[in-house]
Amino acid sequence: MTSNLQSSAPISESPTFKVNLKARYKVDSFFQALTWLAVTISIVVLAILIIDTFIDGLPRLNSADGIWQFITSYPSRKPEQAGIFAALIGSIWVMVLVAIISFPLGVGAGLFLEEFATDNWFTRIIEINISNLAGVPSIIYGLLGLAAFVRVMNPITGGSSILAGALTLSLLILPIIIVATREALRAVPDSIRLAGFAIGSTRWQVVREHVLPMALPGIMTGMILALSRAIGETAPLIVIGAVGYLRFIPDISKPIEAIRSGFTVMPMQIYNWASRPQEEFHTDAAAGIIILLIVLLTMNSVAIFIRNKLQKSR
Amino acid sequence: MTLDIPGSGATPVLWKPKRQFNQRIELVVKIIFATFALVSVATTLGIVLTLIFETFEFFKEIPLWKFLSDARWTPLIGSEQFGIFVVVSATLLTSTIAITVAVPLGLLSAICLSEYATAKARSILKPLLEILAGVPSIVFGYFALLFVSPIVQWVYAKLVVVLEPMIQFVAADFEFPTMGIFNALSAGLVLGVSITPLVASLSEDAIYAVPNSLRDGSYALGATKRETITAVVLPAALSGIVSSIILAISRAVGETMIVTLAGGQEAQTIDWSLNFINPINSLQTMTAFIVQVSLGDAPAGTTAYKTLFAVGMTLFLITLTLNIFSFWFVRRFQEKYE
Repeated sequence: MTSNLQSSAPISESPTFKVNLKARYKVDSFFQALTWLAVTISIVVLAILIIDTFIDGLPRLNSADGIWQFITSYPSRKPEQAGIFAALIGSIWVMVLVAIISFPLGVGAGLFLEEFATDNWFTRIIEINISNLAGVPSIIYGLLGLAAFVRVMNPITGGSSILAGALTLSLLILPIIIVATREALRAVPDSIRLAGFAIGSTRWQVVREHVLPMALPGIMTGMILALSRAIGETAPLIVIGAVGYLRFIPDISKPIEAIRSGFTVMPMQIYNWASRPQEEFHTDAAAGIIILLIVLLTMNSVAIFIRNKLQKSR
Repeated sequence: MTLDIPGSGATPVLWKPKRQFNQRIELVVKIIFATFALVSVATTLGIVLTLIFETFEFFKEIPLWKFLSDARWTPLIGSEQFGIFVVVSATLLTSTIAITVAVPLGLLSAICLSEYATAKARSILKPLLEILAGVPSIVFGYFALLFVSPIVQWVYAKLVVVLEPMIQFVAADFEFPTMGIFNALSAGLVLGVSITPLVASLSEDAIYAVPNSLRDGSYALGATKRETITAVVLPAALSGIVSSIILAISRAVGETMIVTLAGGQEAQTIDWSLNFINPINSLQTMTAFIVQVSLGDAPAGTTAYKTLFAVGMTLFLITLTLNIFSFWFVRRFQEKYE
């Protein structure tokens, strides 16, 4: 382009560069409108998706009785009597176990990489590995869970059980928790650590007493976001054998037996209803989605609340 | 608090640092946390080893050439044929439709958010896109099957009514095939919407990171805002944009619930009727096949069980290749600014 711009010639004579500002501004405003259109389309689709689900599902949840019946009923052959009770309880069991398993693993790994490890081949392998794991499709984790937790560890997990599902989902969200933990730790100013070292604390003492408490709100936010990813996952749980028709809930007084029993979760139940041909079951599926979205919204609100509280206290 | 710090009222004389004890604790803690970090490596190893082991068992029964050359995919029916390209082409078809939707939508949204939107608009729009990214795929699947698919069917029927007489004018016995409720088009479209936020947010990060001095230089040369964006900003952010697109492709390839619910479970035959790449047909993607087998009964050791892992291996290799390519591309083309 520059070779065509000779200083002696008027700009308008350049064969490649047209000064015609009016036409160029027209293209500009057209382009700008196009970008706004793109954003609008995404958001309109989101709105339609939510509105459509509510229109489909609200007839099922239109009264207090209807909501209560839907939340407290087991699945049924009759769509108007079916409910999401077993799936809701199943989701809670799985999520609690996932939290118990993945929190220490993820935070520990994050602490190791951020606070304890020196930069060597060992940590670099782990880091590359974590970023690679984030790109593995969730259904592949399901295959790992099927082979490792359902088949090989069968004596411990009891086959396609809550425990097997929770272990699979824990591995799935581990990279998210590790990344969130590292970011939260990085936000803690170094002066805190140096002050700790200066009075003779070991690294673990500094981390335990000062760094970790300061980073905890950030870690919790990441943890909740990771759990809200896990609660919507369907594919890996289908692979390890979650069922769409379960008429019992685990007995909480016998936790060891409970986590080794068969299970279902909310997305699984929704999939089961949505894939049936009868339209009445689609209403149940939509109602189930509404419950799932409400749970997700609650979890995300808590995460945002913690984040805002953290920002205020800084 | 810790034991080696003087308690209130204690005289310094009584305080004895337990250095050795604390160093031992430190070492133990470090080893425990390193073990936790190794869990992620173990996960990768676990995935790779199980896939390799079961795929190896699979190829003991089904020769590789059959896997690559069969034109049909009927592993669960009597006359077993294992043409992997049937399910691979289905996945490629839905992913292609998805990426055709997601790249323009996502990239233009990214440009809008980082270049045109005011700070206030940005602070509203970005969280909305994040919500769209957080919607579980089962919800998108429901939406694709029960909202988008009927609309697509209706539009297609109208188009057929208009176009069929025109084509029949030339070829008298021409007929459009009918479109079922399960079709690749609806699945692909919704899949595209579901990965749009990913393209948008990662591209936006890349575009936002381009230093303003580049933009100012372009304005100083007399370029308009649009010219600056397309000729200066986008090329400068290219590595980030391309890696966001590759990541989105890899997500689309591995996505399960949308293509299972809306795409159906019908494995097409690879032949010259080209039904296997016709978006109005029902099809079976790799992930949908895994779901189909998992919902049925596939005891360990059966061919169906091993097929699961052979398909999983194919899927894993495709996404791994995409991830490695993205990694390489960023390294090769990343622009560094001070």
